[in-house]
Amino acid sequence: MLDVIQEMRLLQPSTSIQVSVQNPDSFIKRAAKIIRTGFGQPSIFNTDVIVKELMRQGKSLEDARAGGSSGCVEVGAFGKENYSLIGYFNLPKLLELTLHDGLDPRTGKQLGLQTGRAEELKDFEALYAAFVKQLNYFIDIKLRGSQVIERLYAAHMPCPFLSLLTEDCISSGKDYHDGGARYNTSYIQGVGLGSITDMLSAIKTHVYEEQNLSMPQLMAALANNFTDERLRLMLANRTPRFGNDDQRADEIAVRVFESYWKAVDGRPNTRGGAYRINMLPTTCHIYFGSVMLASPDGRRSGMPLSEGISPVQGADRKGPTAVLKSVAKIEHWRTGGTLLNQKFTPQVLADDTGLDSLVNLVRTYFSLGGHHIQFNVVDAETLKEAQADPQAHRDLIVRVAGYSDYFCDLGESLQNEIIARTAHEDF
Amino acid sequence: MLLPNRCVDCAACAATCPHGAIRKLGDHWVTDRGICRVCGDCVAVCYADGRQIVGREYSLDELMETIMSDEAFYTQSGGGVTFSGGEPLAHPEALKALLQACKARGYHSALDTCGHAPWSAFEEVLPLLDLVLYDLKLLDPEKHRQYTGVSNELILANLEKLARTGKELWLRIPIIPGVNDSPDDLAASAAFIRGLEGNPRVFILPYHDVASSKYPNIGADHRLGKIAPADQDAMDRAAAYFLELGLPVQQGG
Repeated sequence: MLDVIQEMRLLQPSTSIQVSVQNPDSFIKRAAKIIRTGFGQPSIFNTDVIVKELMRQGKSLEDARAGGSSGCVEVGAFGKENYSLIGYFNLPKLLELTLHDGLDPRTGKQLGLQTGRAEELKDFEALYAAFVKQLNYFIDIKLRGSQVIERLYAAHMPCPFLSLLTEDCISSGKDYHDGGARYNTSYIQGVGLGSITDMLSAIKTHVYEEQNLSMPQLMAALANNFTDERLRLMLANRTPRFGNDDQRADEIAVRVFESYWKAVDGRPNTRGGAYRINMLPTTCHIYFGSVMLASPDGRRSGMPLSEGISPVQGADRKGPTAVLKSVAKIEHWRTGGTLLNQKFTPQVLADDTGLDSLVNLVRTYFSLGGHHIQFNVVDAETLKEAQADPQAHRDLIVRVAGYSDYFCDLGESLQNEIIARTAHEDF
Repeated sequence: MLLPNRCVDCAACAATCPHGAIRKLGDHWVTDRGICRVCGDCVAVCYADGRQIVGREYSLDELMETIMSDEAFYTQSGGGVTFSGGEPLAHPEALKALLQACKARGYHSALDTCGHAPWSAFEEVLPLLDLVLYDLKLLDPEKHRQYTGVSNELILANLEKLARTGKELWLRIPIIPGVNDSPDDLAASAAFIRGLEGNPRVFILPYHDVASSKYPNIGADHRLGKIAPADQDAMDRAAAYFLELGLPVQQGG
């Protein structure tokens, strides 16, 4: 099958492998050889964690084992479950609303609760409490809307053919959309974990702890989209950020994850199942960024948010092992799927040693409880972008003759040489 | 160290420097190292991270915490800690304390050394090591002096002693075009290695010139000058020649 994937190079249907501790390393290594050809596939899933996720949701061991991941990274009991992704949830936008007392600064509309003006939030705990109030408020709205939609589907969009093929619809006499399936899960996809962590971390560090920036100064900078570049760089580069195995940032990520999980997980849907969370963006992190002004992590107005559970682009500066350590601090098995992207230049995976390292990286991530990882092999185009905008690509590692270094710190002539070589090696 | 790629030309460094050591030269903000006292004030205000002090002091506990943070990866890969440099044997006591701490946690520990250290420094740390990576650059003492500034006498003597201890030893030969890749140089290295006890593994590594873009960053001249990196052909030729001389070598590593 992997041979076929390598030969066909199809983007759709997307391909993945599921790996248990019981599978041999050679299986992952075979997949790694396809990954290095540079089309981001197959992605790699942790079967052991998937089974645990499904069983936590109340599935039998047998059904959990027969299930797996589909779509992006979401899990389900194949043929026995209606598991629907019912919407993406913009976590960083909630902070923007919180900082504006529930008002959307982009449109001037009062969207959220009035939880106090930013200057009135005396410490980080007050800010975080306000953020959680907004979070719960919008989840409530989201679930109310979803329940209406679920009922509309049940009443007006029956799918008899799918119901025939999905276990228990016949015996229960109910449609697939009306709770007929054995299991009925509704997932809400949390977007921007890396971004929201860095934003909260920046405020905590600079406004509340070091106090080298007042809340009104920060608010003004966000409103004027960082006319002061030094201020922007201070927020971006003098803040503990997600993806560096830095507990100061990672504990904020865990806290946001827990608040989000608590707001959603286990609440009943109208199909006899429950709402659950997963952490995948599809491409929504770009759209969600486009409806936000500048943010406290130094992100400019309209720019994308972080995707999946990956760190903000360029914010991880301690290498891939630190990224895996950070993202493994949230409990993946309590979600219905998380998505992690890692980047590599083709040279890193050129030889056997590189492939073995990738296998070890995957194994370690999965031993830490990771759900999914996929590797994007960096192309010459990305390197050119990095050359033009080094601050946004500080995480990019390249391999030069058996030695690795951060691409953006290399001299221009060497950068050009690597770009030329990478272009040459593109498949 | 200056990383000009990151500089956003905000001039905060020059404004902050208490000694007036920073000024603009052409497009770049440069530090007059005769005046600079490495106080770090410019680094603190350089939010673009374009100025850095290379190296920092760690307490033993701090460094062990950093090493331990990757424990899950060592466990999986069978890897461990490699002490490299600079030259770790320039600090034998600190190295010994670290190696003891690593041993206590069961980590595989390797030393990456150029060999230019008193034998007493080796003796300090050898019992705590699992593996030694040892550079072998040139056998000709004069050329060695020309390129590294010191004779290779001590390095070769240490290597002979080290081979006799039976400690696992990997020799690493950088292939530097025009410097040490002539048939004579390679043959001399091969003959020396074959005379060592214990058949150490031998790795050849391609010279790369990443450093050439880094010398300006620390305000130093790249005295070796422009040397083209060893390409795959050069590496294959060197490996084949070693094999001809009865010495199998591995590329990379």
